[in-house]
Amino acid sequence: MNNHSEQERQAFALGQAVGLGFTQPLGQMRRGSAGRVLAVSSEMGGHDIERGLLEMGFVEGARVEVLHHGFLGQDPLAVRINQTMTIALRRCEANAVLVGPLHDSAVEAKPGLTLEYASS
Amino acid sequence: MPGSYSLRARSPDEAITRDVVLGRQAREALPDAVVCVTDATNLNQHLRLLLELRQLGRPLILALNMMDIAQKRGCQISLEALSRHLGIPVVTTVAMRKNGVQDLLSQIDTLLNQPPVTSGATADWVEPTPEAIRAYHREVEQLLREAVVQEGTPERLTRQLDRVLLHPMVGPLILLGLLFLMFQAVFSWAEAPMDWIDGGMASLQALLSEHMADSLLKSLLIDGVIAGVGGVVIFLPQILILFLFILLLEDSGYMTRAAFLMDRLMSMVGLNGRAFIPLLSSFACAIPGIMAARTIAHPLDRLTTILIAPLMTCSARLPVYVLLIAAFIPNTTVWGGIGLQGLVMFGLYATGIVGALVMAGVLRLTLLRGGRQPLLMELPSYKWPNPVNVLLGLLERARIFMRRIGTIILSVLVLLWFLSTFPAPPVGATEPPIYYSLAGLIGRGLEPLLAPIGFNWQIAIALVPGLAAREVAVAALGTVYALSGDEGTVTEALTATLAHDWTLATALALLAWYVFAPQCLATLAAARRETNSWRWPTFMFVYLMVLAYLAAFVTYRVALAMGGG
Repeated sequence: MNNHSEQERQAFALGQAVGLGFTQPLGQMRRGSAGRVLAVSSEMGGHDIERGLLEMGFVEGARVEVLHHGFLGQDPLAVRINQTMTIALRRCEANAVLVGPLHDSAVEAKPGLTLEYASS
Repeated sequence: MPGSYSLRARSPDEAITRDVVLGRQAREALPDAVVCVTDATNLNQHLRLLLELRQLGRPLILALNMMDIAQKRGCQISLEALSRHLGIPVVTTVAMRKNGVQDLLSQIDTLLNQPPVTSGATADWVEPTPEAIRAYHREVEQLLREAVVQEGTPERLTRQLDRVLLHPMVGPLILLGLLFLMFQAVFSWAEAPMDWIDGGMASLQALLSEHMADSLLKSLLIDGVIAGVGGVVIFLPQILILFLFILLLEDSGYMTRAAFLMDRLMSMVGLNGRAFIPLLSSFACAIPGIMAARTIAHPLDRLTTILIAPLMTCSARLPVYVLLIAAFIPNTTVWGGIGLQGLVMFGLYATGIVGALVMAGVLRLTLLRGGRQPLLMELPSYKWPNPVNVLLGLLERARIFMRRIGTIILSVLVLLWFLSTFPAPPVGATEPPIYYSLAGLIGRGLEPLLAPIGFNWQIAIALVPGLAAREVAVAALGTVYALSGDEGTVTEALTATLAHDWTLATALALLAWYVFAPQCLATLAAARRETNSWRWPTFMFVYLMVLAYLAAFVTYRVALAMGGG
């Protein structure tokens, strides 16, 4: 388990070093953008929020797409997970999820499915 | 139990599911078998809970629900493979059509006939670590690779609807429009059935007064029972229409969208978007609202929601509002077609909402200070509301309402009639008979306390039974004024009596009182049940009482100063 949090820390460090264009917290993604979950951190809100996020399906490797956001402060977010389930959460908690680029073979196979959203 | 995502319970709802499954719930034995009903269109998410359950070592059956929808989307799942890899029986059901229930029952039977598996896993269950949850997810993925023959196409309609309904600008406007339509319907659609009930009661009264000899029983039936009960039954159509809307919005999946749209606004006063659902139900009645607060995970959020729920204008206040507005607010139009009466009604609702929000903010800053609670809420796919579900929900509401009338309200009314009839007035009395009765005595006793806010002894009499249930106050006023010697007993005549007897300031003060006053024992009882102590219901009663007195006092004084005396 220690091994894992070490990985997680590195993933976050990497994400921040690389810059927002490639890797960013879910809470800073714009509407219409999609990505793949790299890590779910317990550093932002503790284990309770980490477990809550995991249980709702924000797990490493899951495909996430920001579908909608609220009016005031563009908060909260409605995030589609793996094309099957939509979850509402606030940007503040969403920041515990680090999202990387898609690199999805499925995207190449079915370009119409994701590109129309990814480009907006 | 629907809506459980994890055995690691985050809300009281989920805690009950966990305790039942683990055999920790008082009065419930450890279940012989557990049936895990799972949405077949979203196996990816829901199989994780099943794996958690399997860990417990109890007999387990997986029921794949909504299989028809999954198949319609072209999804093919191999039940045989799923069953083999999980090591448990798998059946499909369509809960809405009773399909597959036979299959499920026979599976349960065979499972129960097998020798029981003894396992201590339920006793030493601990919350899964984040690492364990990740492992479950990996197992689910592995499983689905084996069992899902063909993946379905993701559903498009929900997404397209959400693009409009959750649009940052259009979405809130639609929500506002829906709420407006809802309240509009409550008032306009209910008019016809309310007239029928009114007419029915009036002819019943006429029938009785014609065919019965003058006696105490006749007085009890006409003045006590029919005038009182009729005054309350008449609001059944409005309550049902309000609940019809709420049930439709809930069943279709829109209610969580409303919570999504309201979240940011509610978080400003320290509440969660989820609190919107119980608060909206509270417009019909605070009791289902308080119970619906169970879905709120954080205890402080939940408590705040429970405490402010009675400030939402419930349908039991409607009778009082309607009566007083009809009596005192002129039926004129202002600003191009908006009725003044409707405007006042809207103002009363708005006062309740603003009061609730301010109170929530104050509570979260003082007594109930605590960390912000995350919002993590599934937005389910839209579906057509199931007419049977909605109908059952409505019947349940009607049953509860009628039972209240049959029990609390009826007995209070009979008691009130008794108190206001005896003792009989002395010979040569100058005041109406009720003035000399026990009720008159109580009313006059309370008068000095209520005089600063402009209430006379008749109101004081009506307020006491009104504590049992708000709507009784109208019936009580009916009874009081019927026995005061005035002619009419039905609401219409009462309107005229009141307009003649009270000042505008008194009427406004009573309206202000009703926005806040804790006039419902059942609500306090529900709050006690949900918070498991008398502390919070007591606090609720006191703070509402203080607010009501202050509001009525200020309203009365201001109205007097402006010439409303």
